Amino acid sequence: MTDKLTNAQIAWRAAQDIADGAYVNLGIGFPEMVARFQPPGRQAIFHTENGILGFGEAPEPGAEDWDLINAGKKAVTLKPGTAFFHHADSFAMVRGGHLDVAILGAYQVAQNGDLANWSTGPKGVPAVGGAMDLVHGAKRVAVITDHVTKDGKPKLLAACTLPLTGVGCVTRVYTSLAVVDIQDGRFVLREKLPAISLDNLQAVTGAELHLDGAVGDLVVPEL
Amino acid sequence: MDKRIPTLAQAVADIPDGATVMIGGFGGSGAPIELIHALIDRYLATGSPKNLTVINNNAGNGHVGIAAMIEQGMVRKMICSFPRSADPKVFTDRYLAGEIELELVPQGTLAERIRAGGAGIPAFYTPTSYGTDLAKGKPVAEFDGRSYVQERWLKADVALIKAELGDHHGNLTYRMAARNFSPLMATAAAKTVAQVSRAVEPGDIDPESVITPGIFIGGIVEVSDPAQEEDLNRANAYYPKVTA
Repeated sequence: MTDKLTNAQIAWRAAQDIADGAYVNLGIGFPEMVARFQPPGRQAIFHTENGILGFGEAPEPGAEDWDLINAGKKAVTLKPGTAFFHHADSFAMVRGGHLDVAILGAYQVAQNGDLANWSTGPKGVPAVGGAMDLVHGAKRVAVITDHVTKDGKPKLLAACTLPLTGVGCVTRVYTSLAVVDIQDGRFVLREKLPAISLDNLQAVTGAELHLDGAVGDLVVPEL
Repeated sequence: MDKRIPTLAQAVADIPDGATVMIGGFGGSGAPIELIHALIDRYLATGSPKNLTVINNNAGNGHVGIAAMIEQGMVRKMICSFPRSADPKVFTDRYLAGEIELELVPQGTLAERIRAGGAGIPAFYTPTSYGTDLAKGKPVAEFDGRSYVQERWLKADVALIKAELGDHHGNLTYRMAARNFSPLMATAAAKTVAQVSRAVEPGDIDPESVITPGIFIGGIVEVSDPAQEEDLNRANAYYPKVTA
């Protein structure tokens, strides 16, 4: 049995919850992978901060047009129905509650929905981009992340210790081990890998996992 | 009325030392490379303009465009949301050495501050950054049960932007996602200069297609077949060119 989902599998699981026709912003890096795993028959409309709605996949190498990029500065393509707009309109879509889902990465998520994903502390050059805007306004703010840090410490915590991106903003977390909702200031376990016991999952989670009805099996295809 | 400027050198001739300069573009998309390089040429020839405050989403990439301005020592301060890029070494080294100031602004707040500056709105409230380090020292207020942070407008002495078509009145269109911050910056600067890929006669742009109306534009200069910052960086270009 799988003891830990790959990043692609975490992205696949998150993609299953995106409805047909949903307006979706995917954070740069790992979250961009979610676009590859839309279920057949569903088509989300992807938004990028730099002013494109409804863009397509990456072009073939050599066919890039550098006026047609996403927020990660990667080349994308046009699709029938693509729209361009300037940055003020783009962030009106973000803050104004017009996006259905934003899916972001995380360093830490707290049980009250606080998110830390932009700064690991005072060293180096700080950079924030659109993360602080995205966490306010999208109807659902979901996080995809490994369940623990590279050195095995919990990323789901009672309270974040790193600088916050937003307060009380995350509604669901998809991890390498589980799917966890944030409700009323608590982590509520929805699904977990069949291979991990509840006790072992709790041991790598930094705050209490509450149960609200049956816990589903987190089953993801090999990708 | 004819807002055409004959040369790039004339287009950037009156930007003074200490000016605040908005520069359009998101990464390389929409970056007015030729206007920036003309400004660097002027600085190298005359020592001016220096001590500039530059407003852009990023802080340069590689050794061309804004990165080259920083590398030449023209920039005192960057106001941006994401001072990282594929090759952010020029800004990073100066910043860590304490040689350049950084005002970090969330991207949507940066856009709205510029929009507000152009629209005559001195301050506004946004949910963005509430409860974070970037809200420290800013007034907070509650509206309908939710907390918001007060942010102030951003204005500039000059905006340098890149557009696709520009007519003699300064009416502009843009190419694909290259518009990003430029339509906002055009409204928020005392003078906006646009490099356009094609200068056209009034009437050649369908009024329905105008994105930036000419009232916001001080001058246009034609740069046909403009360079793309991304292409320059993939070719490891430097500005000015490093000669062996």
